[in-house]
Amino acid sequence: MLQSVEMTINGKAVKETVEPRNLLVEFLREKQRLTGTHVGCDTSQCGACVVHVDGKPVKSCTLLTVQADGADIKTIEGVGSDQQLHPMQEAFRQNHGLQCGFCTPGMVMTALGLIEENPDPTETEIRQWLEGNICRCTGYHNIVKSIQAGAKALRED
Amino acid sequence: MYEFSYHKAASLKDALDTLQSADDGKLLAGGMTLLPTMKQRLAAPDQLIDLAGVKELAGIEKHDNHVVIGAMTRHAEVASSELIESTIPALAALAELIGDPQVRNRGTLGGSVANSDPAADYPAAVVGLGATVITDNRSIEADEFFVDMFETELEEHEIITSISFPIPDTAAYMKFPNPASRYAVAGVFVARFGSTVRVAVTGAGGSVFRQDAMEKALEADFSPAALEGIVVSADGLNEDIHASAEYRAHLVGVMAKRAVAACLEI
Repeated sequence: MLQSVEMTINGKAVKETVEPRNLLVEFLREKQRLTGTHVGCDTSQCGACVVHVDGKPVKSCTLLTVQADGADIKTIEGVGSDQQLHPMQEAFRQNHGLQCGFCTPGMVMTALGLIEENPDPTETEIRQWLEGNICRCTGYHNIVKSIQAGAKALRED
Repeated sequence: MYEFSYHKAASLKDALDTLQSADDGKLLAGGMTLLPTMKQRLAAPDQLIDLAGVKELAGIEKHDNHVVIGAMTRHAEVASSELIESTIPALAALAELIGDPQVRNRGTLGGSVANSDPAADYPAAVVGLGATVITDNRSIEADEFFVDMFETELEEHEIITSISFPIPDTAAYMKFPNPASRYAVAGVFVARFGSTVRVAVTGAGGSVFRQDAMEKALEADFSPAALEGIVVSADGLNEDIHASAEYRAHLVGVMAKRAVAACLEI
């Protein structure tokens, strides 16, 4: 049985009907065509699907769309613009914080969640915070550097 | 996932009524275990009853010498609660060790405790602190609550509303996490209330259990040295690709000593 949901996605009001078993990541990618949010493992381990729900980073592969009814959602498409990268995205670019780029949307959304709570994280805090995000290319060093640089840019912004 | 219907409960009564009238209804708290289980088709309830909107299940309060935490409180809220940090810092520290930040933003105290996963962290705190699990119709002491792997004293149509944790003189939790999942290969919660000591072990057995020999030794001498020579039996402990029963038994001793040392540092 279809259920109606309403939410705000990247500042835009959205109203749709979905099956209760529809996952938020499916809703974002397939119904909203916001394909920046990726599906890596589909088992809530890799973090490629991280989006913000009411300001908090969560794994959208492990959340039903109906659970997000009434929520304020932010995806990677809501960060920066085609003309102007967000300072955190620019930091990933400058610091070679990505290779294939598959994990990057989740990394950036997770990093922004960290900066929200802790604007000046130590390297150890960044590494602990990345517990739920897997990257198979970089070996993480440049991701950590990117987040340090992004945090610094945002503090000086 | 198989098809199911979804109901967002407006109140505790609404949740109970819906649960009772469903054929095979399941309560949805944070969904951090239930949804992956359903995706793997290991569970196929025909109805989910979401507790996220039930106000009676929210909140963190101090009542005399207890901290009462609502069942729908997320791990991240426990980890960052000033009230918990100032009363039972070991509980806030334990919550910070669960899963990863995204999981901590969704997972709940009540969901974790009701699931009774043998490797979950919260059961160690519930038993280690001698907490009381409060449901819609009764109170259950921690020592009676956990029955076995994924099995508790809860009746089929019973909902945990909150958990009441007594405030100890000192407490600490130490775990050896699986490096991939962060679940406890073995975790030990030690708490001292005056001359009484409680030691609860998670991850090592079918469900959380107390370590009587360690409790007695620590009541006589609250120091890591008091645990020297106490042999933890590997009989009945979990054995899997991550660790043998003997290794887990050894880890229980190591984690217990570290937890006592951490209690003394505070």
